[in-house]
Amino acid sequence: MAQPEHHHHPTSCEEALAELYTFLDGELTEAKKAAISSHLHGCNPCVEVFDFEAELRIVVSTKAVEQVPESLRLRISETIATLALTEPPEGNSPPAF
Amino acid sequence: MADQAKFAEQAMEYMPQLYGAAMRMTRNPADAEDLVQETYLKAYRGFGGFQQGTNLKAWLYRILTNTFINSYRSKKRRPDETELDEVEDLYLYRRLGGLEAAQAGRSAEDELMDWFTDTEVKDALEALPEQFRMAVLLADVDGFSYKEIAEILDIPIGTVMSRLHRGRKSLQKQLYEFALERGLTGRPPATDEVLIEASESARTGSLTTDDD
Repeated sequence: MAQPEHHHHPTSCEEALAELYTFLDGELTEAKKAAISSHLHGCNPCVEVFDFEAELRIVVSTKAVEQVPESLRLRISETIATLALTEPPEGNSPPAF
Repeated sequence: MADQAKFAEQAMEYMPQLYGAAMRMTRNPADAEDLVQETYLKAYRGFGGFQQGTNLKAWLYRILTNTFINSYRSKKRRPDETELDEVEDLYLYRRLGGLEAAQAGRSAEDELMDWFTDTEVKDALEALPEQFRMAVLLADVDGFSYKEIAEILDIPIGTVMSRLHRGRKSLQKQLYEFALERGLTGRPPATDEVLIEASESARTGSLTTDDD
């Protein structure tokens, strides 16, 4: 399928869905993003797909969250504090020992 | 040049995300703790070389990722992990899409939230082969851009995109297996013509400048 040289043609479902991930990832140019958005305004089947994928992503990022064990947080804070004494900030070059 | 004295106040806030990423990478709390601690230690020592005003989170993830690859990755690593079953596009939507609207009075997002437990989502992520897992984690859990992921993993942007594409499909397939096991659905996949075309075009979908 040859694409017309100037692309003021309406975006098809096929074209919109081909950019599903790049759209959701925020990786499209403004022009392309606007073209997809405009297609979505008039196309419920595509909106359903885009919404589903967007929601799924929220579910994944929300449910993959971990609580940092308090013992780890303390251990790292203490390590950094100790290093600050033994390898003070002035010494941006590696310590001699 | 960044002042090491400022390290703690700037870097400590990223610990929850770093620890989460470390858990998915190592798949083991003890290793994850060691990995995060080692990351902070290296970051503190190297902080003088961090350019203030640039992306501290991405810088920390690069240290985390490199440390993982060099020290924690399974010794018995498979020679080529690129093997992933070919999974159709929109895998989960074709099987679960629309079901979430079945219960009135609840948002679709709430429904999807209820379908999978935290453990299932974490297990599905951890089931991905490493190179796909890293890309999906960095994009979908930690919200990095393609360019940032390319820099963190030291791979081309095109490779980031293809790993994300395949990794996400594989993740959806694993999640669907969990849904099946729990009897959430027995519905056959949708056969909408538009979606069949989409699976062809999504495969060739590309970023940047081919909107000419």
